[in-house]
Amino acid sequence: MSLAKTFEIAAGAAQAQSLRLNAVASNLANAESAAAPGEAPYRARRVLFEALPARDGTAGVRVARVLEDASPPRRHYDPKHPLADAEGYVTLSNVSVVDEMVDMISAARAYQNNLEVMNSARNLMLKTLQLGS
Amino acid sequence: MIERLQQSLQAQSEALALRAWRQQVIASNIANADTPGYRAVDFDFAAALERALRAQGQARLPRLVETPAAQPAADGNTVDLDTERAKFADNALRYEVALRALNGQIRTLLDAIRG
Repeated sequence: MSLAKTFEIAAGAAQAQSLRLNAVASNLANAESAAAPGEAPYRARRVLFEALPARDGTAGVRVARVLEDASPPRRHYDPKHPLADAEGYVTLSNVSVVDEMVDMISAARAYQNNLEVMNSARNLMLKTLQLGS
Repeated sequence: MIERLQQSLQAQSEALALRAWRQQVIASNIANADTPGYRAVDFDFAAALERALRAQGQARLPRLVETPAAQPAADGNTVDLDTERAKFADNALRYEVALRALNGQIRTLLDAIRG
């Protein structure tokens, strides 16, 4: 039944978006994480979506992979920092707070969109159940 | 007699099935609004309904065609969320219209049976 499938698709998408929201939370939490000289700093996590095609031509969505952002870590001059290297630089994560905030809003909106889809499908199903009464 | 009854309900029930199917298609576009490379799809409802009525319930699901992209994203995604949401709301309303029409027909029949 198509309306039940609609539910499945929207639920899968909401799940994928909430995983993306989790990645944003993890990135924002580690935005200021520093690494000792010679150690690898935190790298921003990126969630990669992938369409999940069904045989009937529609497609759900799933998280294909969680990747690490390859951009270089931030270096910040702060010789008093306990993790500063010989030149006085501290290596911080490569998280861009602005990018993460944008991603967060986008994920939250997409999540809401899918919830609304579920809500309408639910209403239509309930009305269909009352057919003939 | 039973066949005539079935025939009178066929148009609305075909419309209902196609509306439910379209709802699923649009839901899959909305679900993939952030998927790189995904291309939005839809089908011609009027043509599909006409074909379904001619096929007397034997028609297969209509073929999906790609929606022309107004503003494709850099990652190749062609879903326009505003359009899809509008289509979704419109389709939900029309599903209800078909449902009410079908309900009305069933009630009329029931009234005739009860006398």
